[in-house]
Amino acid sequence: MREPAFNVLWLQSGGCGGCSMSLLCADTSDFRGQLRQAGINLLWHPSLSLETGQDVQQLMADCLSGKTVLHALCLEGSVLRGPEGTGRFHLLAGTQEPMMTWVQRLSAVAKHVLAIGSCAAFGGITAGGSNPTDACGLQYEGDQAGGLLGSNWRSAAGLPVINIAGCPTHPGWVIETLAALAQEQGLQAEQLDGLNRPRFYSDKLVHHGCTRNEYYEYKASAEAPGDLGCMMENRGCKGTQAHADCNVRLWNGEGSCIRGGYACISCTEPGFEEPGHRFDQTPKVAGIPIGLPTDMHKAWFVALASLSKSATPKRVKLNATSSHIVVAPVIKKTRLS
Amino acid sequence: MTRLLVGPFNRVEGDLEVRLEVAGGQVSQAWVNATMYRGFEQILQGKHPLDALVYVPRICGICSVTQSVAAARALAAACGVTPPPNGVLLTNLMLACENAADHLTHFYLFFMPDFSREVYADRAWHTQALQRFSTHSGEHARQAVAARQRWLQIMGTLGGKWPHTQSIVPGGSTRGISSSERYRLGAHVAEMRGFLERVLYAAPLEEVVALDSEAALAQWCIREPLRGDLRLFLAIAQDLGLENLGRGPDLTLSYGAFAQPDGSYTMAPGVWDGQSLHAPNIAQITEDARHAWLADGGSALPPSVGLTLPTMDKPEAYTWNKAPRLAGQVLETGALARQLADGQPLIRALWQRSRGNVLTRVLARSLELAQLVLLTEHTLRSIEPEASSCVDSRVPDHADVYGLCEAARGSLGHWLSIRDGRIANYQIIAPTSWNFSPRDRSGTPGALEAALVGAPVAEGDTTPVAVQHIVRSFDPCMVCTVH
Repeated sequence: MREPAFNVLWLQSGGCGGCSMSLLCADTSDFRGQLRQAGINLLWHPSLSLETGQDVQQLMADCLSGKTVLHALCLEGSVLRGPEGTGRFHLLAGTQEPMMTWVQRLSAVAKHVLAIGSCAAFGGITAGGSNPTDACGLQYEGDQAGGLLGSNWRSAAGLPVINIAGCPTHPGWVIETLAALAQEQGLQAEQLDGLNRPRFYSDKLVHHGCTRNEYYEYKASAEAPGDLGCMMENRGCKGTQAHADCNVRLWNGEGSCIRGGYACISCTEPGFEEPGHRFDQTPKVAGIPIGLPTDMHKAWFVALASLSKSATPKRVKLNATSSHIVVAPVIKKTRLS
Repeated sequence: MTRLLVGPFNRVEGDLEVRLEVAGGQVSQAWVNATMYRGFEQILQGKHPLDALVYVPRICGICSVTQSVAAARALAAACGVTPPPNGVLLTNLMLACENAADHLTHFYLFFMPDFSREVYADRAWHTQALQRFSTHSGEHARQAVAARQRWLQIMGTLGGKWPHTQSIVPGGSTRGISSSERYRLGAHVAEMRGFLERVLYAAPLEEVVALDSEAALAQWCIREPLRGDLRLFLAIAQDLGLENLGRGPDLTLSYGAFAQPDGSYTMAPGVWDGQSLHAPNIAQITEDARHAWLADGGSALPPSVGLTLPTMDKPEAYTWNKAPRLAGQVLETGALARQLADGQPLIRALWQRSRGNVLTRVLARSLELAQLVLLTEHTLRSIEPEASSCVDSRVPDHADVYGLCEAARGSLGHWLSIRDGRIANYQIIAPTSWNFSPRDRSGTPGALEAALVGAPVAEGDTTPVAVQHIVRSFDPCMVCTVH
């Protein structure tokens, strides 16, 4: 086992701690051992470290002075800039200084800066509604580059803020990103997508691996909560547009939002918190959903949908609006006789 | 007299700062500051009421299911729907799963590591504490994280993911289960039982929940000294006198936990005053914003008409938390309050002698963890596979409703007003809002503020360890508190 050499400092601001709680659900029988194995040394984490109060302040001072090399600063939760740019909506406890200021200072000395979750990446749920706290992401405000650090900011390693988006973010996405950074070859700019998310998970769509794909093929749609059918047409599902591998990688053993019976709300995308419609309803024009699958031409979608609807097997149609399978697939004799 | 500012206070959920006045080697006054504000109650205004089911779990990543349940209950009241029995049972399973995970996380990751501190190096139990609970290499802490990960796979199946599952809706659960899945979930419960019976209790769960008197507890400890982490904790508690540390108010609150399809509760509700149990009068709950950086409505307000409006320049303000009171009184909430309301004889006996304190809080939580796993087994057996678990809901244009729930750390309430089909007001009182409340307009300190008075502080100590034990004994959740 390698000696951990890659120092990670984890801070929380305008979020809910859910990304940390999700992190502890990493698929391993030895959480600390997995980090050690990847060469990661957790300098301090709000939920997992012994140090409190003065000890933490000393640790941060050591990072700022260079006494301790800060390889990665992870921020979980959005940056709270309000009121009126003072950052007083979140003073780092014990310091009487805005967390925003601490994050700026530490970002300046960190080799890498990571936004953990959609709040830190884009503002996330904390930026919803009237956004009373003027929440933003580290380097984005919704889908606009900027945020706290500004669009041109680059870390000491030459990378922008790495946005591990998701609400919460998946433990696998975080640990694999940190593990890649801790390796000698690190992570290259081309391994990040147009929103600076690691491509290993964002080059996929939530739709991929969806267990409701047969319903999707035939546009056999769920109507009420709990129905088995495809949730794209009526229930607000954005799985065909959301960038993430949730249905391939899975959550907590065998889960995904869709497998849990509810729509993908595209929580890895900037601005997901304000979709402009009810989360559980699909906005439509003339009966056709506005948000069509990524990469699909509207005319083709309409043509295919109408064709597939007319070909829907009775089984698929009935099951789509039931909470359990009511019609099983027919058993066909396959021998030649 | 000296003043101390303790923070950032870690191994609690969210950001916490405690200001202490120290005189004669002990805390003479304390002020508790929740240092962050996000404004969920403002964010929710104007939204479609069902959208609350997306926002409110995200108040808190440690008890997101509980937030969902409180919202779903308020919405169910507004819509006039009752979930089918399976919907109730599946919701209870998710709640129990989250609550048990919280208790486990609290014990192994948040509370016990303090006993591995250098300051206790001369104690007989220190080597054991270090081996079991050290944050870096504690063997039992390591096993507990693994057990937690396996246990939360129940949430993966039932809720799609954890935290921030959205399968809990006013009409029940959007995820039914089949008989084969029920079997699979049972296997996860058995794994948790195995971990607890091997590592935490070194005893069968049934034996733990049957502990009914101080004599029974003493005998249980003597029989196999230090075997299992609960016995080690009890030995540490005795050595350090944790029973004399962090006395809470003499009133506790539980809204009742795990509502059953027939409307009864698995854990009874009640306000316990040491003598008798009263039904909590919800209409007597108010929140006082005098010492919060929030608009003060001129008087303490019931949450149904509560205000949340940041107002930074108030000379008397020192936190983002309002001060909840029941009939003007300070209450403590949490596992201890639930066990007292439910009449757990051992906890009631300890309460009679020493009231709420570091020992009784942690012990109540430990006993409840065993109870939760047994409840999960029972609930799984009661579910009817393949039956419906959900009905649809139609939201009315006007409603004034509330939804109550017991989170791992205590009583959680959501108050919702709907006007013209939109959320007009949404007010949340979280467990730690009660426990870590600031002073109210009459100057009465909150539960923790009072509990810290008298805590020993060694000369030159900037982060007194006794203060840490007291704070963490409440298992606070600051993000819920301020929301």
